[in-house]
Amino acid sequence: MHEMGIANSVLEAVKAEADLRPGMRVAKVCVRVGELAGVDAEALRFCFDALVKETALEPLSLEIEFRPRRHRCPSCGKEFNVTNYETNCPACGEPATLFFGGTELELAYLEMEET
Amino acid sequence: MNRVPLEKKVLSENDRIAGELRNRFLERGILCLNLVSSPGAGKTSLLERTLEAFAPSRRVAVLTGDIQTDNDAVRLARFGFPVKQITTGGTCHLDARMIERALADWNLGDLEILFIENVGNLVCPASYDLGEAAKVVVLSVTEGEDKPLKYPAMFFRSELLVLSKIDLLPHVPFKIENARENARRVHPGMEIVELSCLTGEGLSQWQGWLESRLPAARRIHAAL
Repeated sequence: MHEMGIANSVLEAVKAEADLRPGMRVAKVCVRVGELAGVDAEALRFCFDALVKETALEPLSLEIEFRPRRHRCPSCGKEFNVTNYETNCPACGEPATLFFGGTELELAYLEMEET
Repeated sequence: MNRVPLEKKVLSENDRIAGELRNRFLERGILCLNLVSSPGAGKTSLLERTLEAFAPSRRVAVLTGDIQTDNDAVRLARFGFPVKQITTGGTCHLDARMIERALADWNLGDLEILFIENVGNLVCPASYDLGEAAKVVVLSVTEGEDKPLKYPAMFFRSELLVLSKIDLLPHVPFKIENARENARRVHPGMEIVELSCLTGEGLSQWQGWLESRLPAARRIHAAL
């Protein structure tokens, strides 16, 4: 359960951004979580809510943008989502396709409003 | 409502420190390996057998992480190489800051291999870069063959899979071919070695992999 540390890192970033913009407050933060990031979205949400509760950051909502595992086919160029560990190219059948996305753990954006 | 794009990593502070560590290791030609597994898969036993086989002149050191106790450091210190315990005090993984702190009073110029034994946990350590050249995941045959499918992040991010405790294969229903296949479904082309720390079977494969990783680190060192 490292989602508490991750939620804390998200909130640190939120506070840093808020400090840069006097007169504004953060209403929402969006975090992008890849399928292979090793982060459980529900646990992250639980920790986030626990850390925000009864602090000056409240009300602050969390949006989690899920990113599936993505592969690219070196033969035909097709890009596709890998589901159920099926990594063969769905277009041409090439077995040796290349991973290019799905480990994201990123701060995507904030929504800010005037105080 | 104003939307402010951020587009940065959540663990950017950890990644920054890990990047600095990685540069330090590269500059000095040190091969740093991050050993991960569930608790009890045999990371410490593998390190014991590994240290035992090294000539005393080899410049090898170990950082070993646990939530509590220095039992692993005591086990590993018997072989005469520098060993330091990192006690996380409840945290389920090592992070780059802990490694930086643990290395502060060590002279890295003396090292060729640094092993980091992570906290036994197949989830959280996957998210924390420690500046290692590679993660090595240990899976014992007393666990499920489907562990790679259940914990894909860890198996995907590890370069080598060590299937351990193969001396127990006659006594457990574990199908080693299934474990291999599952690992490669998650991580196509994943390198795999199978060994027993008890009988020594397969250890030479692991040692071969280790030595094969060394020249790259040494080559970079020579070129700088």
